[in-house]
Amino acid sequence: MGDLAKRWNGAELRALIRDNEVHRAVYTDPEIFNLEMARLFRASWAYVGHASQVPNAGDYFTTTVGAEPVVIVRRGDGGISVLINRCSHKGVRLVSEGSGNLGKFIRCPYHAWTFGTDGALQNIPLREGYDGTGFDAAEARLGLARAGAVEVYREFVFCRLNDEGIRFNDYFGESLSTLDNMVDRAPAGRLEVAGGVLRYMHQCNWKMLAENQTDTCHPMVAHESSAGTTVRIWNEQPEGTPKPMAVEQFAPFASSYKFFDNMGIRIWPNGHGHTGVSDSIHAAYSPIPGYHEAMVAAYGEERTRHILGEVRHNTVYFPNIMVKGPIQTLRVFRPLAADRTLVESWTFRLVGAPDLLFERTCMYNRLINSPASIVGHDDLEVYERAQQGLQTGFRDWVNVGRLFQTGEGTANAEVVRGTSEAQMRNQFRAWLRFMAPPQELAP
Amino acid sequence: MTSSADRLIDFVLDEAHLLDEGRFTEWLDLFTEDARYWMPAAPGQTDPKLHNSLMYEDKLLLRIRIERLTGARTYSEQPRSRCHHLLQTPRVEHLDHDRREYRLRTSFHYVETRLDRQTLYAGWASHHLVEIDGVLRIRLKRVDLVNCDAAFGNISLFM
Repeated sequence: MGDLAKRWNGAELRALIRDNEVHRAVYTDPEIFNLEMARLFRASWAYVGHASQVPNAGDYFTTTVGAEPVVIVRRGDGGISVLINRCSHKGVRLVSEGSGNLGKFIRCPYHAWTFGTDGALQNIPLREGYDGTGFDAAEARLGLARAGAVEVYREFVFCRLNDEGIRFNDYFGESLSTLDNMVDRAPAGRLEVAGGVLRYMHQCNWKMLAENQTDTCHPMVAHESSAGTTVRIWNEQPEGTPKPMAVEQFAPFASSYKFFDNMGIRIWPNGHGHTGVSDSIHAAYSPIPGYHEAMVAAYGEERTRHILGEVRHNTVYFPNIMVKGPIQTLRVFRPLAADRTLVESWTFRLVGAPDLLFERTCMYNRLINSPASIVGHDDLEVYERAQQGLQTGFRDWVNVGRLFQTGEGTANAEVVRGTSEAQMRNQFRAWLRFMAPPQELAP
Repeated sequence: MTSSADRLIDFVLDEAHLLDEGRFTEWLDLFTEDARYWMPAAPGQTDPKLHNSLMYEDKLLLRIRIERLTGARTYSEQPRSRCHHLLQTPRVEHLDHDRREYRLRTSFHYVETRLDRQTLYAGWASHHLVEIDGVLRIRLKRVDLVNCDAAFGNISLFM
């Protein structure tokens, strides 16, 4: 890593990212991928999970932040720790992948060293064996490494691995309004992770997924096979047939360029942005009986209209999650290698809302994000073809220049046309910022 | 006419044979109008609606899926996927001659392949069959993969 750090200074990285083009190495080069793990995923803020996954003291689940295995655990004092999942003794992965309850402390399965839920080293069997051995100066004495900063925002848990760096509110700014809106859609004002998770393996670079979320020029092309077939078959049904929820969810993927262009894109600093400013493919779903009434009872007519009037489509939180407020899903694009990404699609229950709403959430997740999804098949095919195509040495650049304007990205919450690739460019500006070597990182 | 165990077992074996031969439209005709094809995403899952599933589809969605396979712009099926079922002899778990409802469980190894990729899945299928006007139909086919909660690539056809 030392050599890499010297080699990839800011100027060398900037040579890979032009205003309207990105060098293929950014998607294919394992060295760049390792640098992303060492810099970008340590300097930026990553979503690790939701507080409802760890309701009680000792509850935990595991995930990764970039390449780092982490365990998220609820402490006895009610706080949440994000710890690196590695025993300070012999390096053993302390906690199995998954979730459960650790009790009051974390015990290593190898030599029974124990650590508090804050990561501090508690006990070592035969501890006197370390007396006078220089243990006080040894790294093992430090206990578990932990994230440099943890923030729980309306129960969404984020961390920054680096000890120093940009603060949570400066990093996300006004983009948090998408999370606010998703929470506000619950009559009880809170969400619960529910219904498990769908896990879908992709043989492509994680950034292809992040970019696709605001790529509005692909649905009518790539999804002609799934959404187009749905619309055709639906149109053959006898007039007056009630429209099934599944058709309501599939059909808008076949909407026109004009529709997507009109819906608009809003971009915020640090690589965050969303499609669906004034309209979206989620705007015309049938009402869920009892939901509107529950919302009005909780918030009143005017506030309810305001909350449900927000139709945001996909919100990308840089670097690697996407949130759908009106659908209550959250997808994490977990980078495994330059050409390998695990996509996790999570579903949230709006506490206080009718079950049918959560049924809709699960249906959407299954129809669009499952490894058996025909929409997913359309997307994965083109991602993998892109990953393969970028191996060629006869062309070096990926174009992200659609509707580029000189000086874009300087205003906060700028709204642009829905078919602009401005949000992709926004992500690459953030990529450059957080890929910079530590000495070049802006405060 | 009631259904003997042999007739039920043959039905399940023939069903897999249609899939392996890519005769998907004929396969879909085996299902009742209110049928479901379900692949849970969690071991022992009991709720298909308020929990994520890999698939939970009615006849309309299955028809969309089947017609999509041959679409001119269905690039993920160019070239087409193929599949093969290796079934253990189905076991009849429930016979209700009065209501003409039957349940079978069939362990399988299933292979799906496209281009040079080949993936092996293992699990068991539960068939809820009903006899209507002397013809056996599938009301529910539930497919439990032993590793249903694992991360998968594309699952493109039917197990």
